[in-house]
Amino acid sequence: MFKNLKHKFQEIDKDLGIDPRSDKLYAVTALFDNPVKIVAAAEKVVSEGYTKFDVNTPYPIHGLSDTMKLKPTKLGSFVFVFGALGTLSALLMIGYMAGIDYKSIIGGKPFFALPPSLPITFELTVLFGGISTLGLMLFFFNKLPWINNPLMDTEYMKRVSTDRYGIMIQSDDEKFNINEVVKMFEGLGSVQISYVNYFETEEDKVKTPIFNGKFIALLISVFVIVSVVTYLSLNVMIYNVPFDWMWEQAKIKPQTSSTFFADGRGMRNPVPGTVARGHLPYLYKGMPDSSVKFTANPLPVTPEILEKGKSRFNTYCSPCHGYYGKGDSRLNGQFPNPPSLHSDKVRNWQDGNIFHVVMNGQNVMPSYAKQISSDDIWAIIHYIRALQRSQNAKDSDLEVK
Amino acid sequence: MDYQKKELPKKISTIGFALTIVGGLLIILSFIFHTERALYNYLIMFMFIASIGLGSLAFVAIEYMAGAIWSTPFRRIAEFLSAPIPLLLLLVIPIILGANTLYHWTNSNIAVNDPVLQGKSPYLNLNFFIIRIAIYIFIWILFYYLINRNSKLQDTNNDVKYTKNNIKLSVAFAPVFIITLTFAAIDLMMSLEPHWYSTIYGVYYFAGTLVAGIASFGLVTVFTLEGKFFDSRINNKHLHSVGILLFAFNIFWAYIAFSQYLLIWYANLPEENYWFLNRMNGSWVYLSLGMVFIHFIIPFLVLIPSYAKTNLRTLKVMSIWLLAAHYLDLYWLVMPTYDKSGIVFGWVELGFPVAAVGIIMLLFKLKSRNNNLMPVGDPKLEGGINLTLYPDLSID
Repeated sequence: MFKNLKHKFQEIDKDLGIDPRSDKLYAVTALFDNPVKIVAAAEKVVSEGYTKFDVNTPYPIHGLSDTMKLKPTKLGSFVFVFGALGTLSALLMIGYMAGIDYKSIIGGKPFFALPPSLPITFELTVLFGGISTLGLMLFFFNKLPWINNPLMDTEYMKRVSTDRYGIMIQSDDEKFNINEVVKMFEGLGSVQISYVNYFETEEDKVKTPIFNGKFIALLISVFVIVSVVTYLSLNVMIYNVPFDWMWEQAKIKPQTSSTFFADGRGMRNPVPGTVARGHLPYLYKGMPDSSVKFTANPLPVTPEILEKGKSRFNTYCSPCHGYYGKGDSRLNGQFPNPPSLHSDKVRNWQDGNIFHVVMNGQNVMPSYAKQISSDDIWAIIHYIRALQRSQNAKDSDLEVK
Repeated sequence: MDYQKKELPKKISTIGFALTIVGGLLIILSFIFHTERALYNYLIMFMFIASIGLGSLAFVAIEYMAGAIWSTPFRRIAEFLSAPIPLLLLLVIPIILGANTLYHWTNSNIAVNDPVLQGKSPYLNLNFFIIRIAIYIFIWILFYYLINRNSKLQDTNNDVKYTKNNIKLSVAFAPVFIITLTFAAIDLMMSLEPHWYSTIYGVYYFAGTLVAGIASFGLVTVFTLEGKFFDSRINNKHLHSVGILLFAFNIFWAYIAFSQYLLIWYANLPEENYWFLNRMNGSWVYLSLGMVFIHFIIPFLVLIPSYAKTNLRTLKVMSIWLLAAHYLDLYWLVMPTYDKSGIVFGWVELGFPVAAVGIIMLLFKLKSRNNNLMPVGDPKLEGGINLTLYPDLSID
């Protein structure tokens, strides 16, 4: 029967793919060239009593779904319920997390407050609504498309996606009679009528793939492989050399514990006799004046060194010796006043003697070796000399040179 | 097209007059017996009328800018509803005269000792205030006049240049409108509390204006449709977008309202939060919480389903509801400044909304006398009528 019709009407729909087609007819398709005609065609098809048909247009056309008498979907009601569930979940979640489980004081606000919960609530409403839309459409309402929909790779589908409006009636419709269908399409003003055959493939491949055994096996294996690979790479591999990015190293970091040493501490005391930088021990410590070899002041006399000496003197020496070295400091007897630094004895001392007194201490004065570095003491000594000259200036010092 | 210019039913002017006279009487009595309270209510009424007029003009401008086709058959409704705009020049006078009562930054005794008001005085002084209000209203009247005139001339000339000119005017109008509306809201309403400020206040009023504009447009269009004043091919499905826009802009309003509240709540700065605390004080708290339901939750739930947007009765009811909610919103913005302790409601408050509705009805009837109810010369008109659904096979 089909062979006769092949001659009478248009050719079998040109197959754009490489999959072979069987001889079994799937549907008769008709293309129209304006939206008015397609809506009229849909109206006619519905009124003739066909139920297994579909209309394909390149863009949504107002009123087509009403004309086709498509039942309005219940998807919206379900999504609304899920969205409301999202709202409730968000409020309960935040109420538990912030109000009961982990109460933290944020700016003095109550632990659970409605205003800051609203953005998250809004988001979860939308999220639940969106995910439920996807899930409901995939599993209940729309399901996935056929793997081998006969309309794939056809000239009809190509035109319908660009510049034509198409309608197709499936051959397994109860009222299907190929002659009547073609006559009806011609009467409606179709510009091209063609046939679409099933792919030459087994019957079961045409069924809905979502519950297909191979498809589900693929999903599960992908899930398992991705999980195992993720676990191995993120939980096992990166703790081993060389993928650990040198995070775990065999060195002992400061202030960490260590099982290597008996006392459990990572840090060791310095070797006895270790000298800290800048703290060479004073060679003549504890020795009396007379046995000391006198060293010269190693620092030159410059304004900077005198300034430094002045500031150090004011800091360390002035509490007892006073700002001018006269021994009239602000302690004023609470601590014994030292003798004046401007006495002949001190003026005749060499720099090294003063250095020795500062480093060693003398009578009531303690050693300042731990407070002042050697360099600073030499600077102080230069300053003392300047002070001494200020109190015993000669007339010739005032002469302009 | 079988549109014929018919006179609108007489009862519109009858009811309009009745409402205006009754409302006007109540207003006059309010001013005599409770002047200060009447002034605050008058400000609310002024902002309400302004938001309907300006919202409608904005709607017209949006149609031109977006090239929308669905709203072309109904554009005249929005144009007639923008008729109160020139009247604003007259209506603002009592506010200017009563500025000393309404705005205490006009009071120089208070302003002198207040460092904040001193700092704001280059902006918040009566002369500059009057100049600004005048500028806003003149700008609004200018665009109202130009856009509506082009639309009316197109009825007789059928020239597409009027559409092009209106598009240019609308594009110019958009930023100007937003700026003037923002500052009008700031000057007239936000400065009632000169120590407080909210940078989103202008947007808040703008959102309310859009809701009021679309709601009033929807309401009047439904009435006109039911009275069969349009072309016979127009049915409820043409108004699908009105329901959508109403729903969308109401959500936008709620979003802005919540943004304003959340930021001030979170920072909890005393110089900002007292404004909201005043509105939680005494019986105001019932209105504040009630607004959440009245202005957002109930309209949201009612307008969500898709059938709600093509159901004329739902559209009518929700439009009236949202217009009332908008008036309530303005009341909530303004009145707590008058009385911080609780809601003031009495015969004084009734006269003002009644008069507002009456004035708008009268102006609408007046405009409809001299103008077509559909823009017969508009090139997009046929497309708008034929827009949806069952296409007319006879034009093939």
